[in-house]
Amino acid sequence: MSTVTLAAKRRRAALRTIAFLSPWLIGFAVFFAYPLLSTVYFSFMHYDGFRPPTWSGTKNWTYVFEHYPFFWPALRNTLWLVLVMVTLRVLFGLGVGLLITRIRTGTGVFRTLFYLPYLAPPVAATMAFAFLLNPGTGPVNSLLEKVGLPAPGWFNDPAWSKPALTLLALWGIGDLMVIFMAALLDVPKEQYEAAELDGASAWQRFRFVTLPNISPIVMFAVVTGVIQTMQYYTQPLVAGKVASGVIQGAGTMFEPGYPEHSTLTLPQLVYNLGFQRFDYGSACVVALVLFALSMAFTALLMRRRGGLIQAGD
Amino acid sequence: MAQVLDKPVALDAPAPDARRTARRRALLEWIAVHALGVAAALFFTLPFVFVLLTSLMSDSQALSRDLLPHPWEWDNYQRVLDTPGFLTWWRNTLLYAGLGTVLTVVSSLPVAYALAKFRFRGRNLALMLVISMMMLPPQVVVIPMYLFWAKQLDLSGTLWPLIVPMAFGDAFSIFLLRQFLTTIPNEYVDAAKVDGCGDLRTLLRVIVPMAKPGIAAVALFQFFYAWNDYFGPQIYASENPGAWTLSYGLESFKGMHHTDWNLTMAATVLVMAPVILVFFFAQKAFVEGVTLTGVKG
Repeated sequence: MSTVTLAAKRRRAALRTIAFLSPWLIGFAVFFAYPLLSTVYFSFMHYDGFRPPTWSGTKNWTYVFEHYPFFWPALRNTLWLVLVMVTLRVLFGLGVGLLITRIRTGTGVFRTLFYLPYLAPPVAATMAFAFLLNPGTGPVNSLLEKVGLPAPGWFNDPAWSKPALTLLALWGIGDLMVIFMAALLDVPKEQYEAAELDGASAWQRFRFVTLPNISPIVMFAVVTGVIQTMQYYTQPLVAGKVASGVIQGAGTMFEPGYPEHSTLTLPQLVYNLGFQRFDYGSACVVALVLFALSMAFTALLMRRRGGLIQAGD
Repeated sequence: MAQVLDKPVALDAPAPDARRTARRRALLEWIAVHALGVAAALFFTLPFVFVLLTSLMSDSQALSRDLLPHPWEWDNYQRVLDTPGFLTWWRNTLLYAGLGTVLTVVSSLPVAYALAKFRFRGRNLALMLVISMMMLPPQVVVIPMYLFWAKQLDLSGTLWPLIVPMAFGDAFSIFLLRQFLTTIPNEYVDAAKVDGCGDLRTLLRVIVPMAKPGIAAVALFQFFYAWNDYFGPQIYASENPGAWTLSYGLESFKGMHHTDWNLTMAATVLVMAPVILVFFFAQKAFVEGVTLTGVKG
């Protein structure tokens, strides 16, 4: 075969690859690379959307870190959610996964019931919980009072708003349940049999057989949980809006974070700065912080041996 | 191996007494596990039950502490459907979710196929970029995107800024489809090539029929994503109630009806119900999709 046809063949293969990738190549350029660079650019500009943007150096950065009253509360809330909500979700997801693999009668029914809340649209689920947990007439507090337990203010009390969001997140555990269930069923049966022959107790079987086998999935659940927490937006915003009673008609303004900044998260700051205060430059600063945090954890996910990339190769 | 081990244990049959305690322990465990199961099932279903019950109460009763409606006000659902805008939101949601899903599948499939089956330089880099895009919170690029759609193309107040990008591949869908396609043996692709199939024909005639479960999962996820999306419509459609979707409109519903929890909960049910119905029809594809993106690592 002559080199000319070989080169032509290679060129054709390259063209074919580009043709198949083209929707994504365009999407990558227009909806990822360009706006990302543009975000960096705007973070150094003063821009309110009406007058043309002007160079402002690091002013937006110092404003966000030193003067913008929402930034540090939002970061603190995110840390709280990572430590408490993600941890509880992983533990609860593993617990429900273990439970469902042990249920022998009516497995399908149980599995569907456990899974359904995950499907509830976030706005609808949050509205439902805002009703269930409303301090005045909500059924949860009615029941708590009936059995003589203290009835917290939930979404209306800054100390209880994040626990209430955590409860909502635990209700929608279906995604983790399915993932843990699949992982638990993948643990080789022989290892349990061998452990049993060695006289291992139930706890020892869990500790020395189950846990080592599913630890990559636990890791996966933790890291994706952290990434999801960075993006946590709809539930805290809607919960705050409904509980505060400040809901539009168009044109009414809701300062996110009700009560007392306790439900602020980083994505809400982008909205607040960009679309309520028309300070696009500072909004881009927060966007870049959000970007850096998300990518750091995504890198962790990709570096893992046998991680997302290796699959199937 | 296991059988070899089994035999001596089986020969060494336990005394009747021991067998009875073993059986009793198994029964106790069955009871404990299923009691826990019922408790968990209550935790997962009671919120739905309370929401449904409240949605059927009269206006004044919804403000009381009653748990059961009397009388049952089925009319509430009619009142929600009669609310100005509600049917428009429903139509907009179907447009966003339906058209968006079709565009996503059509544009993501060839990309996923190339990433799964073609050998080329930069393939791993491309895959890493896809995953990065998948993990990117939409808020990171929203400022330039909004300026682009609103100021340059004058399309704010519509859903097009949300639908059009779906014609250019969605990172999550590409990733999920790629995971699925890598499980299809290369021999099928090679055999098609030997038979003289071009790449596009191979994809459409050989791969697509085998990848149906993966495609179904992607379509479902995308449909749910659009149905649930709150941030997108909030940014681009908020100024024009005629372009709102159900997820966005639902919240303002609470605003219009102030303290009428019964009507708000009826609207909530109407937003949840389609998703749950779709799930029952496509349960298998859905669960497969969840495990595919998570576990098959």
